[in-house]
Amino acid sequence: MNERIAPTRTVEFEARLKKRYAAERRFKLAGLSAILFSVAVLLFLLITMTINGIGGFQRAEMNVAIDFTEAGLSGDRSTLSQVGAVQILEAQGLPATVEYFAQEQLGEEGGAQISDSAWRLVADEIVDDPSILQKEVTFSLPASPNLAAGLAGEGSDKMKALAARLSDEGKLETKLDLGFLQRADATDPQEVGIWGALKGSMLTMFVTLLMAFPIGVMAALYLEEYAPKNRWTDVIEVSINNLAAVPSIIFGLLGLAVFLWLFPNMRSAPLIGGMTLALMTMPVIVISGRNAIKAVPPSIRDGALAIGASPVQVVFHHVLPLALPGILTGTIIGMARALGETAPLLMIGMRAFVATPPDGFTSPATVLPVQIFLWSDEIDRGFVERTSAAIIVLLIFLMLMNGLAIYLRNRFEKKW
Amino acid sequence: MVTVVHPNLEETDAKMSARDVSVYYGDKKAIDEVSIDIPTKYVTAFIGPSGCGKSTFLRTLNRMNDTIPSARVEGEIMLDGDDIYRSKMDVVQLRARVGMVFQKPNPFPKSIYDNVAYGPKIHGLASGKTELDEVVEKSLRRAGLWNEVKDRLEDSGTALSGGQQQRLCIARAIAVDPEVILMDEPCSALDPIATAKIEELIDELNGSYAIVIVTHSMQQAARVSQRTAFFHLGKIVEYGRTSDIFTNPLQERTKDYITGRYG
Repeated sequence: MNERIAPTRTVEFEARLKKRYAAERRFKLAGLSAILFSVAVLLFLLITMTINGIGGFQRAEMNVAIDFTEAGLSGDRSTLSQVGAVQILEAQGLPATVEYFAQEQLGEEGGAQISDSAWRLVADEIVDDPSILQKEVTFSLPASPNLAAGLAGEGSDKMKALAARLSDEGKLETKLDLGFLQRADATDPQEVGIWGALKGSMLTMFVTLLMAFPIGVMAALYLEEYAPKNRWTDVIEVSINNLAAVPSIIFGLLGLAVFLWLFPNMRSAPLIGGMTLALMTMPVIVISGRNAIKAVPPSIRDGALAIGASPVQVVFHHVLPLALPGILTGTIIGMARALGETAPLLMIGMRAFVATPPDGFTSPATVLPVQIFLWSDEIDRGFVERTSAAIIVLLIFLMLMNGLAIYLRNRFEKKW
Repeated sequence: MVTVVHPNLEETDAKMSARDVSVYYGDKKAIDEVSIDIPTKYVTAFIGPSGCGKSTFLRTLNRMNDTIPSARVEGEIMLDGDDIYRSKMDVVQLRARVGMVFQKPNPFPKSIYDNVAYGPKIHGLASGKTELDEVVEKSLRRAGLWNEVKDRLEDSGTALSGGQQQRLCIARAIAVDPEVILMDEPCSALDPIATAKIEELIDELNGSYAIVIVTHSMQQAARVSQRTAFFHLGKIVEYGRTSDIFTNPLQERTKDYITGRYG
């Protein structure tokens, strides 16, 4: 009598089994290497950004002691609290005073390399505290871009030598420049700041959120909960999906043609920028919102309907709260995309040179990615590090936004 | 084929009555000219094999089929003599009067208290916090859940066990003080002990509400109901007192089903 051998115990079967395991190992390895590759790329990006960008938060400054008792400037708290205080000081010869003390202490060559607008910094200090007009005070004033380049080992030999001499004497040093986070754009890389663009970005994002979120959520709710399923809603669905894939510059043209035609005086304004980006963000919110609403189990709707909740009550008491985490995730993805968007904003004039931070939704502004684009185009070497610093600010802003999204999602998430 | 009504089914007050009701899903006829009276003071059970239309018919009784776009209902269903499918019928009010408990427990992902208080709140049935508290306690007591949850009313309703969740859903339904409670296989997702508790609860609610229960389990129908309707292929084959249906079925198909030949 032949003993029956089960087909799963033959040699052939074991060979096949080995092959299956090998395939699984290969698959795991491929996945792991993909992850490692992306982590490596990300690390490379972050590390180079940080190394390049650190310098952008610093600048070359020179120490100049000014003895105001000899300067013959006058002014007290009442005159200097007026709006034109800086102009009053300028008329009294403050720029010449600063230049005089700089040349006195740094030599003629060195004194000439004080930044042109250094006296404004001194003026601001005086306005803050007029009592220093009776004292001798040491200021740390920005060096000219040429001297800063010399200190960094670039530029002409003359500047390199001057920078070496002044820094040996302890009169020229690289200092942390917190003002970078408080100033706006300028022509001199020593004088630029990111606050103007950052504030512009915040205002623009606020407008975008305010417009895209309610309209997007309402559209998603209507399409999922109320709209009949027919050919028209199919057309709308396809259109929304297409809209999400439209190149952003097209939205810029739309903003130019429609919004700037409606509000011709608001070129470069965050209001117009935000509205243009809202058009771009809305389809993303609608699509993710619909998916989140679809994911709410029908049993919850049935339960609410069965005790006599009206359709609106079902939506606002049950569906929307349960869908909110998903909607928020989609919103943040859309907002993050809008935050990094440059092209549509170029079309509506947000690439202008704006030297003061915007003071409202209708004043001219620029945004972080456009600022980065503008600075990367500058010839002056000093802008290279400033550009990297601006990128770091943009990335931190993005990370804060995403962090907020994760926090909100976890807060509203409910289990059922 | 005509529904066979048992001869010794005495006349009772009908809370709801269906006359020649047909339900279509698109072109498919799921219910074929069903007529039945739902008595005020008894538990009525719908039994029958899978896909026979008993759940579909149950859902027509409080118009839950309205949520399915392709569903269409013909015939008339009366609640206290009013046709619930007439155009002026207020569906919100109808569902407050005819509550429903589903196959799978579906508490809201809110606190136990809010689950029960939701109905009275949206209908404005309780004025003030104390009155609402009373309604919640009364409903939970009637559902036999009060002693188990009174110390954790703020916990999520979804944190309860399956049987407790189903009793919470019953408490939620009776909190709006309905006249009819529809139960769609309320025990099919529960273990035997939880099932026994729900059955006890149905016994206790019997008499206060007209109850209609769809069930797969013939034993359950025999235990909890006084009236039984046997559905097959979208029709009611036989209808009568539960004891008659189970001991003396008049139709061959009913006999085959309750003796376990098919189903």
